Amino acid sequence: MTSDLVLTGISKQFAGHRAVDNLDLTVPAGTFFALLGPSGCGKTTTLRMIAGLEEPTTGSIRLGDDEISGLRPYKRPVNTVFQNYALFPHLDIFENVAFGLKRRKVKDYQPKVEEMLGLVELKDYGKRRPAQLSGGQQQRVALARALINRPQVLLLDEPLGALDLKLRRQMQLELKRIQTEVGITFVHVTHDQEEAMTMADTIAVMNRGLIEQLGSPAELYDLPATTFVANFLGQSNLIRAKIIGQSGEDLVVDVHGRKVIVPLARCRVTEGEVWLGIRPEKVFLAPADSEDGDGSNQLRGAVVTDVSYVGVSTQYLARLPWGQELTVFEQNTGAREAFSAGDAVDLHWRPAHSFLLDAAQDALAGVEDVD
Amino acid sequence: MTRFGRFIARNFVLVLGFVVLLYLFAPIVVVMLMSFNAPKSRLSYTFDGFTVDNWLHPCRPFGLCDAVSTSLRIGLLATVVATALGTLMAFAMVRHRFRGRSATNLFIFLPMASPEIVLGSSLLALFVSSGFGGRLGFWTILIAHVMFCLSFVVVTVKARLAGMDSRLEQAAMDLYANEWQTFWRVTFPLVFPGILAAALLSFSLSFDDFIITNLNAGTTVTFPMYVWGSAQRDIPPQINVIGTAMFLLALIFVLAGELGRRRRERTRS
Amino acid sequence: MSAVGQLGAASQSAAPPPVERSGRRMTAYLLLLPGGLWLLLFFVVPLVSLLAASLYDPNGSIENGFSMTWHWQNFGTTMADYWRPFGRSLWYALLTTAFCLLLGYPLAYAIAMRAGRWKNLMLALVIAPFFTSFLIRTLSWKMLLSDNGFVVDALQWLRILGPDGRLLATTAAVVTGLTYNFLPFMVLPLYASLEKIDRRLIEAGGDLFAGPVTTFRTVTLPLSMPGVVAGTLLTFIPAAGDYINAQLLGTPKQRMIGNDIQRLFAAGAYPTAAALSVTLMAAIVVLVLIYVRRSGTEELV
Repeated sequence: MTSDLVLTGISKQFAGHRAVDNLDLTVPAGTFFALLGPSGCGKTTTLRMIAGLEEPTTGSIRLGDDEISGLRPYKRPVNTVFQNYALFPHLDIFENVAFGLKRRKVKDYQPKVEEMLGLVELKDYGKRRPAQLSGGQQQRVALARALINRPQVLLLDEPLGALDLKLRRQMQLELKRIQTEVGITFVHVTHDQEEAMTMADTIAVMNRGLIEQLGSPAELYDLPATTFVANFLGQSNLIRAKIIGQSGEDLVVDVHGRKVIVPLARCRVTEGEVWLGIRPEKVFLAPADSEDGDGSNQLRGAVVTDVSYVGVSTQYLARLPWGQELTVFEQNTGAREAFSAGDAVDLHWRPAHSFLLDAAQDALAGVEDVD
Repeated sequence: MTRFGRFIARNFVLVLGFVVLLYLFAPIVVVMLMSFNAPKSRLSYTFDGFTVDNWLHPCRPFGLCDAVSTSLRIGLLATVVATALGTLMAFAMVRHRFRGRSATNLFIFLPMASPEIVLGSSLLALFVSSGFGGRLGFWTILIAHVMFCLSFVVVTVKARLAGMDSRLEQAAMDLYANEWQTFWRVTFPLVFPGILAAALLSFSLSFDDFIITNLNAGTTVTFPMYVWGSAQRDIPPQINVIGTAMFLLALIFVLAGELGRRRRERTRS
Repeated sequence: MSAVGQLGAASQSAAPPPVERSGRRMTAYLLLLPGGLWLLLFFVVPLVSLLAASLYDPNGSIENGFSMTWHWQNFGTTMADYWRPFGRSLWYALLTTAFCLLLGYPLAYAIAMRAGRWKNLMLALVIAPFFTSFLIRTLSWKMLLSDNGFVVDALQWLRILGPDGRLLATTAAVVTGLTYNFLPFMVLPLYASLEKIDRRLIEAGGDLFAGPVTTFRTVTLPLSMPGVVAGTLLTFIPAAGDYINAQLLGTPKQRMIGNDIQRLFAAGAYPTAAALSVTLMAAIVVLVLIYVRRSGTEELV
């Protein structure tokens, strides 16, 4: 019975700045959807507009066929898990969870509340006050309090932000399990890319009130559409290059005098100046002049400038002849040799692992926003 | 240095604090003691003999209990009116953005920053110039008391309201409570301690006020005015009985509150 | 006792702004209306009538009524007659404020920084005496300081006071009473601002090789300035207008301006009394403005 959530042309203007700028977004029914972006990108404002806590300046919000953007929050079949939970401190856990049902005059709510407390594993906590619970328990109460109303859409505003790392990992899996179990559409706002990737079916990356890119975690990571996404989701090496021709299904690119190829399907632009992007773990190091390119792209004449051993992998910085340093992650499988600072190396990667982005974009976009 | 000396040195500030507390409580001890006094002369400032008579017959001095009852009635009425009006104002100040907000803030703050003698004398000037000079009494006192309690109520409730996370109200609205239900189920219960504190403050301010009351009372006598009057003639020990009783009541309030808080904390851990 | 308000505000964080809707501005004005009207009618209008009364013909009387003659000379003549108690009031208020700060700071500091779990109880104890009528408490000071009371005996034994020295009916007695009466008005705002100070800042002061005294002077004291300013104002203003302590603990030599205003009003000399009252208010406003500007704290209101 759940329906798609459709935002059309949504803008929100606050005094002097535009938090959300003409946003179009469709959240398919029953999916776990994440709005990911740095603080101030407009993701929370978007969420609050869906909940009805903020009125959009322009645009419409529809749930299936129903226009909901003019409705007061209590008229919408949408519930929210607030940042810091916003549990009612003067009510006990049972009353907190029963709050929504009682307002809707649902009869016989006791067994429903008991059942919901069971689902979040807080069966014996009904008589306690919120302040008597740990952060993780409060988080589960907030979830139960929203879920018990069987909303068509559940909104989660940085729900795990206040938890420590270990508990956060555990709750990520828990949330995913519950979403699969109840089948309700979850819209999850977060600035933590790992959290979004772990849980969401679809991620919309937001920046400055706009959606930069929308897709599954793997799609976003594998083929970022903008420099912001390339940097905000994981890390990327972005090298200045120029398209000089086409060969079959590939584009030929000039990188400071060396030719490399990129599959046409992975190019956002097809002529002129570009950023050539490669993820650090997709780049391999080899001793200088040791390997011939078996169809792979190569950049020769690099020097290792820094080595950090981090257990599962080793992170290298390799300086290219024109001075730029690339980051390279090598898995410590034991199959490949290790390098030391000062070693002369060649860098190579499979053409299908690189991507081309518009050179007009800032190569550092999204870098400083990652925390 | 002796052990005691070291303790004093390490906790110098704490010790100093306790000494100041002693200073605050010294007169209370005297009041309590004097409530059991059997004075020899009418204008007595010494402890002449022990008796419980004063406690058994607090109303014996002429007019004392009438004055207490007048003060109680004025105090209760002033508290109700000031708390109601002040709470409304506090809500407007915290929950609404409107033109002239900071001017209103100043306007509310000013009565607290004016000496009582000025507040009292200006009210008297108004009453006299508007022809009520001959009708000073219960109602003019009440008007004055509501006026000076109002600002204190606004400030107290405002602090509580401002400290309340407005996400709680948003959560209530999100959970199908309309504006009315949100107010009565969430906002009011959470602000209530602030309102209660404001009411207690109002009552004690009203009950204890002398300077403003004295100027606007006409022939009506409140409890502080009775004390003032008797200080010029004789001081019945029953005044100390009333003072002690009030103090003990307040102390019981405070201790009960603290005990309750401790118990809640204990069940938490 | 706006300090009580500050007290509550001490442990709070900012909340996001509430949902804004059209028509709410109207509600705001409606909520403000009854209380605002009350303050307008019984605070602002009276101040205007007080000002008017200070300009009445001083030859009027209650029986014959007063006529408005814009008699500005009232201010000159009353100041000529009453500059002594006027100056004395400001002087006593200043002394009172100084003593309150001296006594109140250690107490507030002890409660905020050292009291631990007894914090709430100690705070309550500061307020508790105020539930006994302050007239009664002032009367008991009269007994404590009386010529055969133990305070005088003790001071005489310590040779601080001469064998025939006395405390009651002296400036010392009046200032003691005033200090006593207004001490909580100093302690509560001080406590509120001391409580807000991050302990780590004080530890950082110690870590950066400042001794306890230097740390206090360079870290704690400046950070508690809002409390000092609020406390001194809350003490100075009511103390300057008080006449009860002067009446009960002093003699006519310790008379304060409040005594005269009260006496003149009771005697029906409205123009003179009003002129004194207006002058007192004006003096306080000027002093407070200068003080607030110099201490650079604008967040009081």
